[in-house]
Amino acid sequence: MEWRRLSLALPLAALFVVFFIAPLFVLLGVSLSTDMDTHTFTFAHYVKFFTDRFNYSILTDTLLLGLKATAVCFVFGYPVAWIAARARPGLQSILLLAVILPIMTSVVVRTFAWIVILGRQGLLNQIVLGLGLSEEPLRLLFTEWGVVIVLAQVQMPLMVLPILSILAKIDPNLADASRALGAGEWRTLWRVTLPLSVPGVIAGWILTYAACVTAFVTQSLIGGARLVYMPLHIYQQAVGANNWPFAAAISIIFMIAVLCVVAGLNLLAAKSQRHAQA
Amino acid sequence: MTSRGHRVDIESVSQRFADYVAVSDVSLSIGDGEFVALLGPSGCGKSTLLRIIAGFIHQTQGRVLFDGEAVDHLQASQRGVGIVFQNYALFPHMTVRQNVAYGLQARKWARDAIAPRVEAMLARVHMSAFGERYPRQLSGGQQQRVALARCLATEPKVLLLDEPFAALDKNLRFDMQIEVKRLQRDYGITTVMVTHDQEEALSMADRVAVMSRGRLEQVAPPMDIYDHPASLFVNQFVGSTNLIEGELLASDSWGSKVRLGDGTIMSAASAKGLANGVRVVVVLRPEHVALVDESSGEARAGRIKSVLPLGAQVAYDIETSDGASIKAIAARGVQLRRPGEPVHLTSISSANCHVFAAVHSS
Repeated sequence: MEWRRLSLALPLAALFVVFFIAPLFVLLGVSLSTDMDTHTFTFAHYVKFFTDRFNYSILTDTLLLGLKATAVCFVFGYPVAWIAARARPGLQSILLLAVILPIMTSVVVRTFAWIVILGRQGLLNQIVLGLGLSEEPLRLLFTEWGVVIVLAQVQMPLMVLPILSILAKIDPNLADASRALGAGEWRTLWRVTLPLSVPGVIAGWILTYAACVTAFVTQSLIGGARLVYMPLHIYQQAVGANNWPFAAAISIIFMIAVLCVVAGLNLLAAKSQRHAQA
Repeated sequence: MTSRGHRVDIESVSQRFADYVAVSDVSLSIGDGEFVALLGPSGCGKSTLLRIIAGFIHQTQGRVLFDGEAVDHLQASQRGVGIVFQNYALFPHMTVRQNVAYGLQARKWARDAIAPRVEAMLARVHMSAFGERYPRQLSGGQQQRVALARCLATEPKVLLLDEPFAALDKNLRFDMQIEVKRLQRDYGITTVMVTHDQEEALSMADRVAVMSRGRLEQVAPPMDIYDHPASLFVNQFVGSTNLIEGELLASDSWGSKVRLGDGTIMSAASAKGLANGVRVVVVLRPEHVALVDESSGEARAGRIKSVLPLGAQVAYDIETSDGASIKAIAARGVQLRRPGEPVHLTSISSANCHVFAAVHSS
């Protein structure tokens, strides 16, 4: 019986093994070889990564970039989800459409649109200069904050949708009970709504984080050649330097680093849900 | 215990949602310490009225006053109402203690005054041993006790109960009704309860306000609602009834005569405001139907269709000669009748036969 039910998952499992697990092992194998032709076992590529400060700083920069973009995404995304959860159905669909729209356009088109907005002669700078907010045009393009802003916008649906689905499930009586007990909107949000939406928030963080650190196109086009993050670094090592074993090694390191952050977030989620487990 | 009652006045309150009128020109004065039940079928506007008193909804028209002062400009958080929801709405991520302390923190009680107050409230509802539990580790009755403690801790002016017992099973419901009534008496707190359960309304409230389609049908003490219903709706909604159609022959302030479909003349209570000759319905509760063997002037002939023993009483379903169905309830000690047995029906007292104008069913 149990076997029969599990067998329904077999096609997916096969797909996973062939196209995900197997390549992963190939990658691991390549990262432990001296080069592509002589398959001698070696840790040299891993040692090289951790003894070179340059590699090391790219990794931390990338992980921090993910955290910054995720934080910005959360700060703007949570209110959107909160408003959408309380909005009337008509307004809710409009808000949702506005949030989802970015996923429905091509990454490249979307990113070039941002270049137009963020550039020295871009829309944003024309507004800033026009309003007299700054003498000099702001440097946004090819800076980390430019990348953070664009990533936050592009990955917004991954943050908003999980939070919205959790907020919609919270019993509206709880907010009413809080208000009747004398709590204002802010206390209700801080003490009741936000804690109860933690599972959605963590899900949003994990999705957004994983998407931000691996966003090759956005990072490269908005960041430019001088800002190197892990995806570009891997690409340069593999295609540019033709050093496939080293590229494989840093891929594995990057993957484990991201998994550690995700595991940390999951731990946080489990901790915050103690009341539901007892 | 000193009386903590506050007067609540509802002055011609109406509530429209788009083109739907949920509450229509309702006026109701609730005395300090009084327990009023809003009774009606679902969709009659009783919950909307409760939410207007709580301040969750701002009414389209009319005023709500606490102790003679309008509170319409006040948000729910500033009105000082306590509300217990059907699902209790305890905060699932907080312990029982944190739940009870929540309102005190929100109302800026001194930190060292909160803990003793929380303990005292938990003791009052016999939940002291459960302070560190989370709501989902409690039974329905325990959750309700915590909800009451949380709500009464802040000393609200008015206690609002929104179908508070609907989620409890029958035995527990009775215990909690007694418990809530005890707390309400102890505190002398003005209470408004919304319910669709007539027994609950009749047994707990000092006065029952029956609502239908957004309007108040009748506001009266429970026994008056039962014995002297002001409208056909109240008569039908509260308690079980037989509807007997007929034509009004004569009426004065002492009583009336109604000719029924099969030609029998029935004596009934006074039919105020109805002209002779109009179609009427006589409403008679099952326990006011008397079963006799002998045919007398006013008795109708019938035949027992089914017999339902209810414990101390027996319910009969009787088919009259003109095909109408009449329910009767008799004490079991009298004479147990069998299905198929012919019987004659009459009313115990004509004062119990209420006459209303017939509603034209379209």
